[in-house]
Amino acid sequence: MSYITGVGLTPFGRHEGASSLDLMSRAAELALADAGLARGEIDGVLCGYSTVSPHIMLATVFAEHFGIQPSYAHAVQVGGATSLAMAMLAHHLVGAGVVRHMLVVSGENRLTGQSRDAAIQALAQVGHPDYEVPLGPTIPAYYGLVASRYMHEHGVTEEDLAELAVLMRTHALAHPGAQFREPITVADVMASKPVALPLKLLDCCPVSDGGAAFIVSREPTGNLRIGVRGCAQAHTHQHVTSAPALSELGAEIAVARAKAIAGLDIADVRYAAVYDSFTITLAMLLEDLGLAKRGEAAARARSGHFGRDGEMPLNTHGGLLSYGHCGVGGAMAHLVETHLQMTERAGARQVRDASIALLHGDGGVLSSHVSMFLERVR
Amino acid sequence: MSVRADWTRGHEAILYQSCRSCRAAQYFCRAFCAVCGGDVTESRASGEGRVYATTLVCRAATAETRVHVPYNIVLVDVSEGFRMMAHGEKDLAIGDEVMARFEPFAGRIVPYFVRR
Repeated sequence: MSYITGVGLTPFGRHEGASSLDLMSRAAELALADAGLARGEIDGVLCGYSTVSPHIMLATVFAEHFGIQPSYAHAVQVGGATSLAMAMLAHHLVGAGVVRHMLVVSGENRLTGQSRDAAIQALAQVGHPDYEVPLGPTIPAYYGLVASRYMHEHGVTEEDLAELAVLMRTHALAHPGAQFREPITVADVMASKPVALPLKLLDCCPVSDGGAAFIVSREPTGNLRIGVRGCAQAHTHQHVTSAPALSELGAEIAVARAKAIAGLDIADVRYAAVYDSFTITLAMLLEDLGLAKRGEAAARARSGHFGRDGEMPLNTHGGLLSYGHCGVGGAMAHLVETHLQMTERAGARQVRDASIALLHGDGGVLSSHVSMFLERVR
Repeated sequence: MSVRADWTRGHEAILYQSCRSCRAAQYFCRAFCAVCGGDVTESRASGEGRVYATTLVCRAATAETRVHVPYNIVLVDVSEGFRMMAHGEKDLAIGDEVMARFEPFAGRIVPYFVRR
């Protein structure tokens, strides 16, 4: 087993003048302090990428900047699945004895470091350069295609999807670091500007500045004993044109593998942290993971099932949709919040029981998936 | 491999590949069959198909594409047995039987599906 021994998260939104390295450093400092570790005790670094400041060796750029000389360091790139892919790699490297304390860090000034057009255009490049990108798609368009098909096959409506945006906003109201802290209604989502129909502005996560970090260690460094119980991946395709049928998407494959490795079932899970780049992403993943029956994610959200006091609290920080999305750090915030919940440090957002958590990340267009179970070890 | 003379290179054609061994059809051109690794031959598609998914893009990210907003991006299951992304009429619905033609978009031509 490995342990998540410390977490760090900056507020998301605008950090005028802060570079990607600044945001990474702030988050790393917070994670080190949380774990009670000194810089010199970190012997491994994994980091994501920055679309604003691309570099072929970001992990060593960061290590030099931060003032550490790790024995193991490199970047990882799996789109939105990067955060959990790094956690999984750290878990295995720590378990294999390669690294004692792995610092996993990401941060990006994605909002203030470039124009919104540049951010949208950079992300659209996950599409096929010859067969998709010349058609002028955006990430919302790729997911808009998926949404139209999913709604068609399962009778999901735009109002249903809007419920998930409302849920994430409701959760964000209780987190001072969230980018969006004004309440919204289903009617607000329905009336928001069309982006790539059926997706509207409030169905889409924002572009944010922010940073997040966590440390994966061989042994607990204090009283916080949060262990990685099991994790797994699935990669079914890259481009939406080549995606398998909706019934064969990777989330189901990844979570089935993770359940087998962890020896856990969905019934054991007390807290869920699920990637929510768009409302359709969250709806589909909740249903693929077995956290809601097919076509019923919205009904469960409406009934309070995923609320702070519900049976399965979900993304209590507000998720990508309302806490914000600064790239790789965006989904790392899900893990940070999960850790705070599991260690009963979530303050006003604290749920009753987060002893076992399921985390899931998705990269590309439902292309790459990582599922992970964390448990509180007594 | 031959240089493909299809819409991605400015020609009014949709090309695809078929495997000589397993007969699988694939749209993204490459030197081998992605199912079995076998040799492939290139053919021209009829342009007939059925709409699998649609999205109306209302927010574009470049000056060249913004002049076309809103435009409908569709996934079409082509009768030769592969799926492709294209543009289409704004009111296309999932399941519609469609036929490809070509339209200018952002300084090039792109496949554009209309109801048949």
